[in-house]
Amino acid sequence: MTPQDARRTVADALIEIVPDADVDAFPASAPLREELELDSLDFLTFVELLSSRARVRIDEMDYPRLATLDSSVAFLVEQTA
Amino acid sequence: MDDTTRRELPPAQPGAPDYPTLLRTASWDRVRQDLAPLPGGRSLNIAHQAVDRHVDEGRGEVVALRCVAADGTTTRVTYADLRRETNRFAHLLGELGVARGDRLVSLLGRQHEQYVVCLGTLKAGAVFCPLFSSFGPDPIRERLLRSRASVLVTTESLYRRKVAAMRDDLPHLRHVVLVGPSGAAEGPGLIGFDEAVARQPGEYDVARTEPSDPALLHFTSGTTGQPKGAVHVHEAVVAQRLSAELALDLHPGDVFWCTADPGWVTGTSYGIVAPLVVGATVVSFAGEFEAQVWYRILAEQRVTVWYTAPTALRMLMRYGTDLPRSHDLSALRHVASVGEALNPEVVAWGAEVLGLPIHDNWWQTETGSIMISNYPGMPIRPGSMGRPVPGVDAAVLALGEDGRARVQDGVLPAAVGQTGELALRAGWPSMFRTYLDDEERYRACFADGWYLSGDLAALDEDGYVWFVGRADDVIKSAGHLIGPFEVESVLLEHPEVVEAGVIGMPDELAGEVVRAYVTVRSGSTADDHLRRDLVAFSRRRLGGLAPKDIVFDEHLPHNSSGKVMRRVLKARALGLPEGDLSTLERQP
Repeated sequence: MTPQDARRTVADALIEIVPDADVDAFPASAPLREELELDSLDFLTFVELLSSRARVRIDEMDYPRLATLDSSVAFLVEQTA
Repeated sequence: MDDTTRRELPPAQPGAPDYPTLLRTASWDRVRQDLAPLPGGRSLNIAHQAVDRHVDEGRGEVVALRCVAADGTTTRVTYADLRRETNRFAHLLGELGVARGDRLVSLLGRQHEQYVVCLGTLKAGAVFCPLFSSFGPDPIRERLLRSRASVLVTTESLYRRKVAAMRDDLPHLRHVVLVGPSGAAEGPGLIGFDEAVARQPGEYDVARTEPSDPALLHFTSGTTGQPKGAVHVHEAVVAQRLSAELALDLHPGDVFWCTADPGWVTGTSYGIVAPLVVGATVVSFAGEFEAQVWYRILAEQRVTVWYTAPTALRMLMRYGTDLPRSHDLSALRHVASVGEALNPEVVAWGAEVLGLPIHDNWWQTETGSIMISNYPGMPIRPGSMGRPVPGVDAAVLALGEDGRARVQDGVLPAAVGQTGELALRAGWPSMFRTYLDDEERYRACFADGWYLSGDLAALDEDGYVWFVGRADDVIKSAGHLIGPFEVESVLLEHPEVVEAGVIGMPDELAGEVVRAYVTVRSGSTADDHLRRDLVAFSRRRLGGLAPKDIVFDEHLPHNSSGKVMRRVLKARALGLPEGDLSTLERQP
């Protein structure tokens, strides 16, 4: 997955949960859960969407790597390499 | 039930008093005798018990709070510090014209100031009303209006995002105090917390409140109508302390972590009041749930007593056993859970992975303190919420045709093993004393001298209580009580929606999640675009109460008076046979 594809995948997953999120204007290193007010269930939905759309396995121990937009993109790029 | 009871676990602490001993020795009167009196006889003030008495009795240097920020930095606050800080905040309220009995709303996270604001408000004789900071603007406005609070304490960010736009619609709200970096509170009617508190004197003459004076206001949700404001009085501290000692095994010297948010009753009664009254050290973590971080806090803070929720425990279970085993959890002595029924697998997981079974307990916003519990010296029957806290008279009452306790011609206990409504003999010290401005709804909660909880349960032959479900349509998600009416009301404000029915769908992690069924106006297209618009709309307005799932339905079931029948919706969603519908169509 290219960084561009990964960014699109992450952005689409977030928009699925928070449809009016302005993902393009979103600070790439801000904590996602605070910025978008995602609760624990929202975050798990985010994980499931990323996992199914990028076809990667995401273990619980990987969750901290999904803290920001940038770190999520880096994670997907690495896992799909 | 029989199969489960056979898998009884031995007491977690074999040396601890067994249940008959607790019944014989523990009493609210004993606690009353041990409370530190305020000058002037009958007065009782929660904040005096929680803070000042420890300083007066030479424990001022004991650490009261360890506030762990999201980045892990820890601030320690001694009881002497907390006395000074709460005194200053109480003075500030005086300067702002806050009188005895006035209400203050806090909209804060799990942070140092939350404790100062709560206890300082109580010292001033005013009433503390915490709101969950994940609420959206609509639930916040509703609760601010109903409370008629004159002061709101919040952060600059929460104020800007959730309150500023509706400030003109809140006629009673005179002052907004903003916690955070100085300079943030610029504008009319805004006060910076740090600066305003710093100029106040450090000594304060605590308000001589009576045991029956209001202290805490907690909003809770019902099946119908907007949220109700349950009022608790200073005397609640008696039951909060005894239950903390018995059900949480909490004592002076303990390091206690209650993971509940202070915006809900658990986070106030047991996150703030009870552990400080006991004289323990409270750990408060500002960050969100993250398994690695939570285990690190348990280990690094050497937490001895941990009070958390089934949803959090079920999430931790998903991480397996390596993670907890790589942390030193040897300081832990007692683990308890509240918020929704705790499934037996979680109790067993605790015993295996933490070396400690999880002790389930039960109570409600209205009860003010733990009413039914497991204890360290009592065998655990996994799946049972335990037995009544000594002093509490609990019963399971036989049901009438409406699915609630039958109250005509007096109440009757249900037979052993039969489902009935869980009820409590009125008069325990932390019983709510009214619903704010709604005495009628308050009175409707009682029959024949019993408080009717709205929860269905069964007793086994040894008096253990087993949770069955709710008798009404209230949704319990991740330990939070959500009123379907409040969610439906907001959905109906969307221009495309003509009708809505909101139910809780079973969820293996959260217990239930909120699902909304909506009918759109004719001519409108029920497509994915509209669904997303509704999701965005409800998240914006409701915040953490918003439905996770929205389903279009042109034919919502109605009763004869045209009301949407949530129970029928739920039966359909769960695929229950048509024959079961009649029993589900109960009307209040």
